[in-house]
Amino acid sequence: MDVYLGVDVGSVSTNLVLIDRDNRVLAFEYLRTRGQPIQAVQEGLKLLEQKMPSGAVVAGVGTTGSARTLAGVVVGADTVKNEITAHAVAAGLVVPGVQTVLELGGQDSKIIILRHGVVIDFAMNTICAAGTGSFLDHQAARLGIPIEEFGTLALRARNPVHIAGRCSVFAESDMIHKQQIGHPIEDIIAGLCDALVRNYLNNVGKGKEILPPVVFQGGVAANVGIKAAFEKALQMEVHVPPHHLVMGALGAAYLAQSAVAKKGATNFRGFSVSDFDYQTSTFECKGCPNICEIVNISLDGTLLARWGSRCGKWEHLEEQQ
Amino acid sequence: MKIGYGHMGTLTMVVELLLEELGHEPVVPHRPTRQTLALGAKYAPEFACIPFKIVLGTYLECLERGADTLLSGGGYGPCRAGMYGEVHGRILRDLGYNPQVIFLFPPLIKPYHFFKKVSLLKGRCSWFHLARAIRKAWTKLTFLDQMELLSQTKRPRELTRGATSKAFERGLTYLHQAKSLNEIIEAGHAALAELDQVPVDPAADPLKVGIIGEIYVQLEPFANHYIEETLGHLGVEVRRSIYLTSYTRHDVLSTKGDMSSRSLAMPYLNQKIGGHGQNSVGDVIRYAKLGYNGVVQLAPFSCIPEIVAKSLMPYLSKKYGIPVLTLFIDEQTGPTGIQTRLEAFVDLMEQRRAQTREGARMQTGSAV
Repeated sequence: MDVYLGVDVGSVSTNLVLIDRDNRVLAFEYLRTRGQPIQAVQEGLKLLEQKMPSGAVVAGVGTTGSARTLAGVVVGADTVKNEITAHAVAAGLVVPGVQTVLELGGQDSKIIILRHGVVIDFAMNTICAAGTGSFLDHQAARLGIPIEEFGTLALRARNPVHIAGRCSVFAESDMIHKQQIGHPIEDIIAGLCDALVRNYLNNVGKGKEILPPVVFQGGVAANVGIKAAFEKALQMEVHVPPHHLVMGALGAAYLAQSAVAKKGATNFRGFSVSDFDYQTSTFECKGCPNICEIVNISLDGTLLARWGSRCGKWEHLEEQQ
Repeated sequence: MKIGYGHMGTLTMVVELLLEELGHEPVVPHRPTRQTLALGAKYAPEFACIPFKIVLGTYLECLERGADTLLSGGGYGPCRAGMYGEVHGRILRDLGYNPQVIFLFPPLIKPYHFFKKVSLLKGRCSWFHLARAIRKAWTKLTFLDQMELLSQTKRPRELTRGATSKAFERGLTYLHQAKSLNEIIEAGHAALAELDQVPVDPAADPLKVGIIGEIYVQLEPFANHYIEETLGHLGVEVRRSIYLTSYTRHDVLSTKGDMSSRSLAMPYLNQKIGGHGQNSVGDVIRYAKLGYNGVVQLAPFSCIPEIVAKSLMPYLSKKYGIPVLTLFIDEQTGPTGIQTRLEAFVDLMEQRRAQTREGARMQTGSAV
């Protein structure tokens, strides 16, 4: 049986998904990246290998996320795709006819507008990370509430308080202030959910025509409080797909399937890459005033890839060796 | 005079030629680097826009290399860029430098002022000599624009990634060395031939994207994270709404600005709001009418004219059926973020094009 692997290495989490030819999810892994993308991919592969159905063969692999290029080298990707396209593709697979994708990840948030199955507009947060997973994590930890229960608590609120959600630091000050004057914790959490949704819609969602069906994905979609806040603000139903955590990886796996269909064979290095010893090193090129930071990726001492130079002079490995 | 000035794309070598012709010693600015920006950001007000910071950094580098005079194009309101020369001068004086600062205002707005400044720069050269120098400079500029246009066409079609950029750089050195009018013409043709020889894939079918927005971030590749090259390597043929020769004709010499984009903008924004705000509105419409696949609006973070233009983009994009990606740029902008957005934007345009073609095919199919 041919299966396809999708790998999404983001700032906070690394997700891997295995799908079959009919795009059904066979297995997935969700791990923290912890600033070590290569190790996270290797660990994820090790875990995923144990979940491989018997007789399954990986016939294609795609990578996405902010470390997509790096992950692509490590696993031998057939396609390396940006996370906006990967998320849009996945949403279209799971909810056919989707017109709006809301995605809240670890440190980024995006909105994707589709019409007739085609992306027509998108936006990604630029200067502000308020409202993303990292901030919610931090607040949950500060309040001593497991992040899993954060959303359910918000739903119990009777009178959500108003929190200034424009900036995550000021939001925190405001929350502390609301705690100090005695508001119940549920009301503060619900207020925070409202504030984050408001900030998202005013920033990332500014000027976008949000039409149903709306799909909400990314790590934060697990938070029922945020989902409820979206439904309240948008006055429409918001779908959270079952594999909302790993939608980027799902999109990458699907794209790998079409890439392999076009080129014939996969470049997948095999699950054994989890035991390989990859090394990365960097140096500053002093060839011109651009001072590019060049990254080397090597496997057991052999250079696999190198990037980062503007002029491309370091990227032709044969010439260098 | 030892004259330093801001670096803005290919204009840099043209200013160098002009100053040399007039008997000055130009302190030719280097291409801006991260250090230039860091230097500018350190001494600029935090909320000044990125062109201000890069140019300030460049001035400081020129002064360190011995410039005693700084030359700048002045602006006029309502965009705050009109005040930038003055603010730059004050910051530099506060830092203990004391350069003579020369701002050239657009000739038709402040004719006397312009005349005085030009006379100062002209020095003891005759007016005839000045006219000849301008003719040389203009010829060089025209070739540089042609080179940029040709490289924009070639890049998405090149067989070897980077070949066009390399040929372009070689062409720049030819033109840089050329000083007499004959040499300039010869070098210009050689540079164009160099680009012409870049092998291309005849079957390539690139998307077409118009780049619009504020002039400095359009023209200085460092400021826009080399967007022309990035898009070119993603298989996109780009055109900018501003090329120096057309800009000089329309924006510097005429007080009315670029007529075509201005009249297109009229129904939506009926007055100049400073900078290139009104142009951006008209340019989107023009590119849509020309059948482009998309538009990228480049804007320095906190640039009011471009913010006003941006607020019209969702409406114009829908009405004229053209995707628009707005990129706000400041010193915090990371190249990865820009790359991700551009890649996604290219995917979006490709999908749209495939869908439109499919639709057209189906229609002709059913007609038969």
